[in-house]
Amino acid sequence: MSRGEFMRADYVNLVNTHITPVGFTYHAPESLEEALKLLNEYRGQARVLAGGTDLIVDMKLRRKEPKHIISLTKIKELNYIIEEDKGVRIGAATKLRSLEKSRVVYEKFEALYQAVNSIASIQVRNMGTLVGNICNASPAADSAPPLLIYEAIATAQSLEGKRKIMIRDFFTGPGKTCLRDNEIVTELFIPYPPRDSVSSFLKISRVGMDLAKVNVAVLLKFNNNIIEDFRVALGAVAPTPLRIYRAEEYLKNKPLNEENLRKIEEIVVEEIKPITDVRSTEWYRRETSKILLRDAINIAVNKMVGR
Amino acid sequence: MKIELIVNGVKKMIDVMPNELLINVLREKLGLTGTKYGCGIGECGACTVMVDGKPVLSCLTLAVEVAGREITTIEGIAKEGRLDPIQEAFIEEGAIQCGYCTPGFIITAKALLNENRSPSKEEIIEYIKGNLCRCTGYINIIKAIQKASEKITRNPYK
Repeated sequence: MSRGEFMRADYVNLVNTHITPVGFTYHAPESLEEALKLLNEYRGQARVLAGGTDLIVDMKLRRKEPKHIISLTKIKELNYIIEEDKGVRIGAATKLRSLEKSRVVYEKFEALYQAVNSIASIQVRNMGTLVGNICNASPAADSAPPLLIYEAIATAQSLEGKRKIMIRDFFTGPGKTCLRDNEIVTELFIPYPPRDSVSSFLKISRVGMDLAKVNVAVLLKFNNNIIEDFRVALGAVAPTPLRIYRAEEYLKNKPLNEENLRKIEEIVVEEIKPITDVRSTEWYRRETSKILLRDAINIAVNKMVGR
Repeated sequence: MKIELIVNGVKKMIDVMPNELLINVLREKLGLTGTKYGCGIGECGACTVMVDGKPVLSCLTLAVEVAGREITTIEGIAKEGRLDPIQEAFIEEGAIQCGYCTPGFIITAKALLNENRSPSKEEIIEYIKGNLCRCTGYINIIKAIQKASEKITRNPYK
């Protein structure tokens, strides 16, 4: 939600409406196949409704005016967290709150757990879904940096079939994804992180409920004192959430010391393209990115020491 | 569209428009004006109600989405004419000033104590993060929830 718009008097009445000003036809299919048929039939005019915490707000603000709403609530087959040999599969209708309470998420995907836990409020997490969070494609989406470091894979489905999309290819701009207008993301597959690796997530926002000014997720794996694997992703600092491969390459096979930390801070600041908006300034985002990166690495290292 | 809602244990058949929000139906069609409309964009929690026991925002929920589900509003919290221990504690601790945020806080507190009868202060603060009180009575609200927790752990029938 962008607060700048609330400064304008003409927006106040628009926002503070009890109703969704946009009229639409509501569809609540009971199977995925039925949903795909509907989406295909109304392509371009339809929106998929999972939790509604972004879509309904956008409709109240008339940023989105879909003619058809296709709700996923009645599709029971899309609500699951399944542990497999190589990772977990999370259905499109799975609520953020279910992930937060899932033991496998808590134990295996620390950065994702922390990110989900930090999203808005209990009420919003009871409503919103993980897949919805990425399909909304906010550059500040808290789940995006963790999903980037874990190299999640989305399954997009349409009547023509399924395709797998690597999460790093998924976001194409603010609010934009590579999804076609007849596709639904039905599932996210998150591979287990490498054995003995540690990960962490951090964000900074004005108050807890706000969207992040900057968020970051890191994954580290040491071999004695040498870094064997390092992954880092940041959000709210570019048109899409970013994985910083150049910093990762630099740190690999090196010890974690002050000199190397300074160098990757430099690389991160070069790679990000933050803007000044209502939540923060470009300068502040650059400075904070460095600090959050360092803190996230510290947290991860401390976790490893604590094991 | 005709939908069935189970509101505070009573089944109701209601005719709604697809774009009608749950809060509109509760307040305008069912006369349950205890649920309050605040920011309208999911930041203040004044409109919190329970759907199947989980706190959600009625200002961002389409009424058609909760067809057939159980809705609990502030009107359904007191049982048989007796206040819930949470309501008693809010009164006793002076956790109400203007009262606008109170229904939302009580619903959220109810959900919290259903999940965890003895939450720590930190757990309470984290759980009520999505409910704003602009009279800034947070201290008393937290005390009230702690007191309600003591009441229900002392008397298991409450």
